[in-house]
Amino acid sequence: MNQLSRGMDISDPIYQKALKDLLFQLADDELCIGHRDSEWLGLAPDIEEDVAFSSIAQDEVGHATFYYERLAEIGEQDSDTLAFGRGSHERRNACLTERENGDWAYSIVRHFFYDTFDALRLEALAKSSYPPLAEGVAKIQREERYHLLHMHLWFVRLCLAGGEARKRMETAIWKVWPDISGLFSWGAWEEELLQRQVIHTSSLVLQQQWEERIRPVFAEAGIEWIEAMPEPVKKGRLGDHFPELNHLLGELSSVYALDPAARW
Amino acid sequence: MNREEKETRFIERIKAGMKIEATDWMPDTYRKLLLKLIHMHGISEIMGALPEKEWVPKAPTLKRKLAIMAKVQDEMGHGQLLLRVAEDLAEPFGRTREDLVADVIHGRVKFHNVFHMEAPTWADAGVIGWLVDGAAIINQAALLHTSYGPYARVLKRICAEESFHMQHGESIILALAGGTDAQRKMLQDSLNRWWESLLFFFGPMEVTESAQQMIDYGIRTKTNEELRQQFFSKYVPRIRSLGLTIPDPNLSYNETTKRWSWTLPDWEKFRKIVRDNQGPKSQERLNLRRFAHEEQAWVREAMIRSRLKGSVVV
Repeated sequence: MNQLSRGMDISDPIYQKALKDLLFQLADDELCIGHRDSEWLGLAPDIEEDVAFSSIAQDEVGHATFYYERLAEIGEQDSDTLAFGRGSHERRNACLTERENGDWAYSIVRHFFYDTFDALRLEALAKSSYPPLAEGVAKIQREERYHLLHMHLWFVRLCLAGGEARKRMETAIWKVWPDISGLFSWGAWEEELLQRQVIHTSSLVLQQQWEERIRPVFAEAGIEWIEAMPEPVKKGRLGDHFPELNHLLGELSSVYALDPAARW
Repeated sequence: MNREEKETRFIERIKAGMKIEATDWMPDTYRKLLLKLIHMHGISEIMGALPEKEWVPKAPTLKRKLAIMAKVQDEMGHGQLLLRVAEDLAEPFGRTREDLVADVIHGRVKFHNVFHMEAPTWADAGVIGWLVDGAAIINQAALLHTSYGPYARVLKRICAEESFHMQHGESIILALAGGTDAQRKMLQDSLNRWWESLLFFFGPMEVTESAQQMIDYGIRTKTNEELRQQFFSKYVPRIRSLGLTIPDPNLSYNETTKRWSWTLPDWEKFRKIVRDNQGPKSQERLNLRRFAHEEQAWVREAMIRSRLKGSVVV
């Protein structure tokens, strides 16, 4: 394949910087959400869902591994060092993914909103000028489709159930809402990424697409749409995070940090 | 056919190596023994997810993280398969899945001693996979020829998965055994911690009345001590080949009798742990199960309600 014809020039230092930043966003998002998902192991509301949620967690960490490996390929350190050895200011995940699980309602709302965003992001990457990314995305999309179906089902049914479930879902939606806009940012290099066709959708359009997909689900679930979407308090894509990320990283790397040079 | 004739025919079928199925007639004693065994087995799988679950968020590489997640997921999956088998057996007693799961929280069903114990280091994640699952495979493989068909079929799948777990544990162990001094010490400490629990895991030396009944009914085919001996023969050489010391100076193999002699741990201490849920982690883990089951009952109730409403088409 003629890579240059698709606008890719990995020797261009700006292309490389922007691409790396994007790969970190993707990898860190998936690692954080997968880590949070895995905290439900053994604790989900029923045993069937425990098994299902773990499959999703494994998929997410698998995707993170894919993105970290692409970073290693273009001159960054090995995937384990990238996953376990970086501080919170170096992390590019959206803050939503680092938040603690809360109750089942919070976990479902967060995941459904994130998966809807992730599906749109993957579409924006499907024709990326960076072939390894476009190829990986095609495979990841197949898995994410099932996550989205699963979360959609949970979201609607818990909302429609009324009673305590409905109350908890409403509370969770309000709690998740201020963290949503932070998802759509492409970080510090959006313009460069667009110009070089690494991505094909701006953050503004991404947000509009997300709203278009979520609105009908709110209607289906009998939830009133929330008009205002506040700016994020912390800009995760720029390395600014809540203390929850520090706790997450502390736990994630607690064994690794005993001896980062050792073989584990 | 009167009851006695039925029972005679039932025993004849078992002796002929035929499998009993869920819908077949069976004596109440058989049903109760099976239910007790499979219920405890299923609940132990679910409680068994908890010690290792502690290490899922802390696994030190991406590969290990993925592997341990898949491993703990398998344990939950085994719990689900076994509870499905137990549910059918429990049906004539009017007991449901909800009851079977709630029983552990209320102390009405026991779970294996090993899952009451602490797992304070990464090496414990390895030892659980390698030796606890290794012991479980020996136990479960001996049950593969059980007279109850549904249990035998589920065990077949469980044993296949457990052998992956054993390899997963062994891989963690090999990395530690071949690692730094600190890693080797971590591993030795963990072996010291688990050894007695592993011996107790196989159960008492004597063949109890219910164990004999289970043998008569073809539910099990081997005694506890036979299985423990098998464990020694398989694992003692492997443990020693890694340069580890087994914390029992009396452990030795007698070439003439072809048997291992070993030091009996404080049996009463372990019995209490299982019977009264008084192990170092029993209450903490029961609290986690209570959280999962009781505090999230609202989720299961909501899913039943929204299904009844029929408003969602999948």
